Amino acid sequence: MTLDDVRALLRCEVLAGGDHLGREPTGCFAADMMSDVLHASSHGMLLLTGLTGVQSVHTADVADLAGIVFVLGKRPAPDVLAVADQRGIPVLSTAMSMYAACAALHDGGMA
Amino acid sequence: MTDETLAGPAADEILYRETFHVRGGDFEHGGDVATRVKAVLRELSIDPRLIRRLSIANFEAEMNVIMYADEATLDLVVRSAEIEVAVADRGPGIPDIGLAMQEGWSTATAEMRARGFGAGMGLPNIRRNTDRFAIESTVGRGTTLRYAVSLTA
Repeated sequence: MTLDDVRALLRCEVLAGGDHLGREPTGCFAADMMSDVLHASSHGMLLLTGLTGVQSVHTADVADLAGIVFVLGKRPAPDVLAVADQRGIPVLSTAMSMYAACAALHDGGMA
Repeated sequence: MTDETLAGPAADEILYRETFHVRGGDFEHGGDVATRVKAVLRELSIDPRLIRRLSIANFEAEMNVIMYADEATLDLVVRSAEIEVAVADRGPGIPDIGLAMQEGWSTATAEMRARGFGAGMGLPNIRRNTDRFAIESTVGRGTTLRYAVSLTA
């Protein structure tokens, strides 16, 4: 499943890094605690979170994640999106809840 | 193979060194130093798996300074055998290091948790992602972390 498939499945708006939607995440990690993401995610995963601070982008960068989907229609501030664009990190936003987005990705075949 | 062909740079020879500064309380820039170090290591063609481990350790250490200390230096030293980082802060220090090393133990405030940190996983995460880890702290003065990843394993 590519990030573009994720975009369609979760009816996402693409907020940054739109040139990289061909990436195939190796799996998904859903959390608001970035320490948990740093602790337990692995390379290439998609991050689902409701945390819109710049630390979510740094976490995706540092942990080599495939991209970020913000749930509940949340949108980071423009300066946060600028950092994501600069680092080549795709940022998407879905109106779905964390639970509904996880369930949809699981049903869609995401590891 | 002769001894001559085996002789690379000495294991303790410094290939790269840079010191970065981290300001306490500066949440807006929390992660800048870890990502700058990551760019340096990429430039040096270090194995991406090692870069990931060290970058996670650096990010946690940087956020610890931002959350708890006044300021710190992060000293990066790349040798052919290992990459060593020393993070020395001026701050309150840690009264009970054993407790601080326990997963889930935390003194974080609501603001820190709202940033996605302060879950009590920082120091354990640094230790988990590095091959060598040491911590020294003096209450009222500050804390110094030293950790390294091996390039020879």
